[in-house]
Amino acid sequence: MAEARILTVAEAIREATDIAMEHDPRIFVMGEGVSDPKAIFGTTAGLAERYGAARVMEMPIAENGFTGIAIGAAIMGRRPLIVHQRVDFALLSLEQLFNNAAKTCYVTGGHHTVPLVVRMIVGRGWGQGPAHSQSLEALFAMVPGLKVVMPTTAREAKGQLIAALEDPNPVIMIEHRWVHYATGHVPEGHYTVPLDGPRRVREGGDVTIVATSYMLLEALRAAETLNKAGIGADVIDLAVLRPFEPDLIIESVRRTGRLLFIDTGFRQFGIGAEVVATVVEQAFGSLVRPPVRLGLPEHPTPSSRALLADFYPTALSIIDAAAALTEVEPERIAVPRAALAAELAKLPVDVPHPTFRGPF
Amino acid sequence: MTTSRASADLPELYRAMRRIRMIEEAVAVRYAEQEMRCPVHLSIGQEAVAVGVCAEMRPDDQLVSTHRCHAHYLAKNGDLKAMMAEIYGKAAGCCGGRGGSMHLTDSAAGVLLSLPIVASSIPIAVGAGLAIRQEGRDAVAATFMGDGSIEEGVFHESMNFAALMRLPVLFILENNLYSCYTGLKDRQPQRPLTDLARAYGMPADAADGNDVEAVRKAVQRAITRARAGDGPTLLVFDTYRWREHCGPNYDNDIGYRTEAEFLGWKERCPVEQARRRLVAAGRHDDATEAAMITTIQVEIDEAFAFAKMAPFPSPETARSHVYG
Ligand SMILES: Cc1ncc(C[n+]2csc(CCOP(=O)(O)OP(=O)(O)O)c2C)c(N)n1
Ligand SMILES: [Mg+2]
Repeated sequence: MAEARILTVAEAIREATDIAMEHDPRIFVMGEGVSDPKAIFGTTAGLAERYGAARVMEMPIAENGFTGIAIGAAIMGRRPLIVHQRVDFALLSLEQLFNNAAKTCYVTGGHHTVPLVVRMIVGRGWGQGPAHSQSLEALFAMVPGLKVVMPTTAREAKGQLIAALEDPNPVIMIEHRWVHYATGHVPEGHYTVPLDGPRRVREGGDVTIVATSYMLLEALRAAETLNKAGIGADVIDLAVLRPFEPDLIIESVRRTGRLLFIDTGFRQFGIGAEVVATVVEQAFGSLVRPPVRLGLPEHPTPSSRALLADFYPTALSIIDAAAALTEVEPERIAVPRAALAAELAKLPVDVPHPTFRGPF
Repeated sequence: MTTSRASADLPELYRAMRRIRMIEEAVAVRYAEQEMRCPVHLSIGQEAVAVGVCAEMRPDDQLVSTHRCHAHYLAKNGDLKAMMAEIYGKAAGCCGGRGGSMHLTDSAAGVLLSLPIVASSIPIAVGAGLAIRQEGRDAVAATFMGDGSIEEGVFHESMNFAALMRLPVLFILENNLYSCYTGLKDRQPQRPLTDLARAYGMPADAADGNDVEAVRKAVQRAITRARAGDGPTLLVFDTYRWREHCGPNYDNDIGYRTEAEFLGWKERCPVEQARRRLVAAGRHDDATEAAMITTIQVEIDEAFAFAKMAPFPSPETARSHVYG
């Protein structure tokens, strides 16, 4: 393992962009802050220096306009990569994305394609509040013609982004700001991770836990504790929201009979609603308990950390939901759960890791 | 800089600017304690625009601001304790801790809303102007806009509609030359920003945004027109943000602007300019200054103490008020 190279997800995304741009001179980056000293949390660092301002374009604050401009260039065969510092800012561009990016291939009978990638980042923490922390993947995943991915590991983030940049279709890549800090092994050079559906990240036979993005990290933490209590969680990273490929989840639920979905966004009308509905349609007879969904409650994200106490699902709420689903007696899980709770109690709720010093 | 320019109420304008400066510097100093756990966009260096504009506004005139709203809120007499409690995430905050520093609001003072999405607040002010017109009142609505916000389509849509309907709206373009770390010249073609109004047949005016009296005079003319039913005005004020885009520090070393540029603007500090003018006119001296600073400091200390001591909102209240 001498060659195992550990990068953060943010570094992996930067590397993917660099490699793809080197490979394909048609790729260019557009966004607010892509060439500034902060370089979108480091994810575009060094690209302007390497490829010049013509390929790393600092944009005016005009999201709808420049998204349309990117779509026009993409129809002409160029390969734009748009970057938004928040999902919330991308909201201004929905008309272009939903009406033009998603429909041009269809309406022209395949004559035109829109090879566009749009990265957008879900904010969380440090009191950034209601309009800087929305996880609206369900909105994008609803629209046929778009592909929607949510990478969680560094290896996948790199491979998915390169695959997205080589795809002839518009791909929305939703990154969680706290996932940017996650580290993992990342192979060198060019490789792709196909945009073709979920992956199993941990094997287990008692309960199927499916999650997206940052909630996958919480689910994995929960799975470890569940394991100490003898509960085997089959943990699946949904990873690709559209095209929606449920086979792996169906196969898992057929074995476990139990499904727990953890949404990064709102629980109601969230991605979990689609996953649960599909499992009920295709594996109803295998379910021994009603499926359970966790996600954000029915109100906007408040700024004050005091109001966030119960806002986000955590490893603990996942453990509790999984324990209830698997009907284990609370005593069996009490000791490892308490140990994890004590560990988590030391961490502030509004920052991703203890070394973090605000602001965002 | 002549003494004759010092208007009757320059002492009040100066005091208002000094107070805002001291409050924001206190935020900057205490930010490192990590108890103000939300992003802060300080207006240090830009006080003359806020104070000059708000000096002409009545409490029933509505103000709509942006992510950089502290100075606007304070200049319009927004409650200081409620602002500090909001930044500290407390129940007594002006949004009950739900909004943080980018959502300051105070209905009694006519601070309708502050919104953190760029340009999002512009049509809200036009809507306030429409409501005022529908109610048949002579109040006005003002929208503070950064130089970045005029790049959004909604700015142009709002200008067009306000001009078409001759609504009582002031479009206050506070040009601090940067959107985050990108200079104006890298985002927009060079032309006088007042020309933006010509496209909509709207009058425009410009003044030195670091000269509180010049700002005030320009606003006076525009507000008189608006109250008389003669429609909106675009007002352009050039100024400069001293500290980093978001946060308490200086960042002239990170490469997007030069220390020399900053020092040039610091030389033209809006607060110091007003003070010098008052001193030259014989209406201010070290003793008045010291007394004023002491009083303001007491008010600030009280507000911080209040915010720090105030209780946090209880978690269950997070789900209230989703609907009215
Ligand atoms: C629609 C949207 N895009 C991007 C952002 C991120 N953002 C926050 S402030 C800012 C710069 C705004 O510049 P300007 O309007 O000049 O105001 P200033 O910060 O200089 O006061 C940007 C790009 C945002 N909040 N909203
Ligand atoms: Mg600006």
